[in-house]
Amino acid sequence: MELFLNQILAGISTGAIYACMALAVVMIYQAIDHLNFAQGEMAMFSTFISWQLMQWGVPYWAAFVITIAFSFVAGIAIERVMFRPLAKAPILTQVAGFIALYSIINSSAGLIWDFTIKQYPTPFGSAPFLGSQLISTHQAGMIGVTLLMLLGLYFFFQYTRVGLAMRAAASLPESARLVGINTSWMVALGWGMAAAIGAVAGILIAPVVFLEPNMMLGVLIYGFAAAVLGGLTSPLGAVVGGFLVGIFENLAGTYIPGIGNELKLPIALALIISVLVVKPAGLFGRAIVKRV
Amino acid sequence: MTALLNVKDLRAYYGQVQALHGLNFSLNEGSLTTLLGANGAGKTTTLRAICNMVRSTGAIEFEGQPLASRSTENIVRLGIAHVPQGRGTFTNMTVEENLQLGAITRRDKASIVSDIERMYAYFPVLKARYTQQAGTLSGGEQQMLAVARALMLRPRLMLLDEPSFGLAPLIVRDLFKILGQINREEKVSILVVEQNAQLALELADQAYVIETGRIVMSGAAQEIATDENVRKSYLGY
Repeated sequence: MELFLNQILAGISTGAIYACMALAVVMIYQAIDHLNFAQGEMAMFSTFISWQLMQWGVPYWAAFVITIAFSFVAGIAIERVMFRPLAKAPILTQVAGFIALYSIINSSAGLIWDFTIKQYPTPFGSAPFLGSQLISTHQAGMIGVTLLMLLGLYFFFQYTRVGLAMRAAASLPESARLVGINTSWMVALGWGMAAAIGAVAGILIAPVVFLEPNMMLGVLIYGFAAAVLGGLTSPLGAVVGGFLVGIFENLAGTYIPGIGNELKLPIALALIISVLVVKPAGLFGRAIVKRV
Repeated sequence: MTALLNVKDLRAYYGQVQALHGLNFSLNEGSLTTLLGANGAGKTTTLRAICNMVRSTGAIEFEGQPLASRSTENIVRLGIAHVPQGRGTFTNMTVEENLQLGAITRRDKASIVSDIERMYAYFPVLKARYTQQAGTLSGGEQQMLAVARALMLRPRLMLLDEPSFGLAPLIVRDLFKILGQINREEKVSILVVEQNAQLALELADQAYVIETGRIVMSGAAQEIATDENVRKSYLGY
């Protein structure tokens, strides 16, 4: 029983990483109705920016705030320059754009900061959290920040005019324009917010996986999986999905014989597929009811 | 009376295909005008051209201002509410959120709240369902929601694209009665596109008949309704 509880705890602590990334995935999905494969790389690049700032002597939280602001603006800029012209192009053209963006950012980071693995600091410390070896104060802090972001997003989408306008623009662009919403800017704003959330994710994840240009590769796959499992339309679902994937991955690795670390990922993904067969909109995704 | 909307030599295109061949018409402040015609005559295209949702040439003026260079959302902000074909309901949002979206360009919070109450007075069925996902409403209820959403803009002009489509005759009667009431009480000018000519002519004071992208008939609604020839050749009843 103690082993079981410990594994759940360990799962929650890795799940926090996935939950964080999944939030960024849901954010961009809200804005553009599909996934951005370069999301992880954008987060990685932001993390490098904050690392560079700290190298130059900027204190942690100042670097944090500057990086978030930079990422927000950069996200909007990427949308304006690269994806706005592609807005009416077929989806596969956009996918090609995402892949191009992915390798551009990845290589630029390698060029600027090289591919050696770097330590990344944490403001929460790395002592055992509440006396447990399985969860550190950093991971507890990460869970806290993720939940705060979730709360923030919930209020933004449910209770603000811009949040409502963004949801409208994402679900029915033409109708949104007909009530006077500038849908093009809503998409740009979504990119900015997704980039900012991704930056937070990157900064929180870096102390765990270490900083290097390929740090987000695995994390993004888990983040996608978590978001899809929870339901791409629901920030809450994304976070719950992240924790579930983390927990399940740990339990499977411990209890199912023959599954070592190598097989954790396929098992986690297999679980997700089985859930989606039963609930295609994800666990928390709102299935759209239509009556004709 | 001054012309609220003035359309001159309007031509519209879908790719290579020309859908409107030089339309001229105008709409008076406070009037309820109907645009009639068969399937494919260009009625929907005309409404879409007014809101710059289809490539077009010619001049469209609203209160003397040319609309050609404005984007759809900027035209809406001038006070033109467009209820599109198929109603354009935000089906995955609640009834109340749909109404709030109608007023999204407005900043006057207090009067938005009172306007929502006013819409519930016009359409009590919406009040009963205000937390419900709009997609779960019946066709008639969704059409009422679409009209209410358009009114939330406090428009000067409301464009309605086939509001009767797919609705039971009794519901259509109700809806048209409310449209007439809105036109009189809220001082909203209305341009309604209809296939249901008989009903539209009862409601409207001015009418245009359109055929293959051209206006072929115009006049007071009553005259057109009583003209035997027009009825037989264009309206089919």
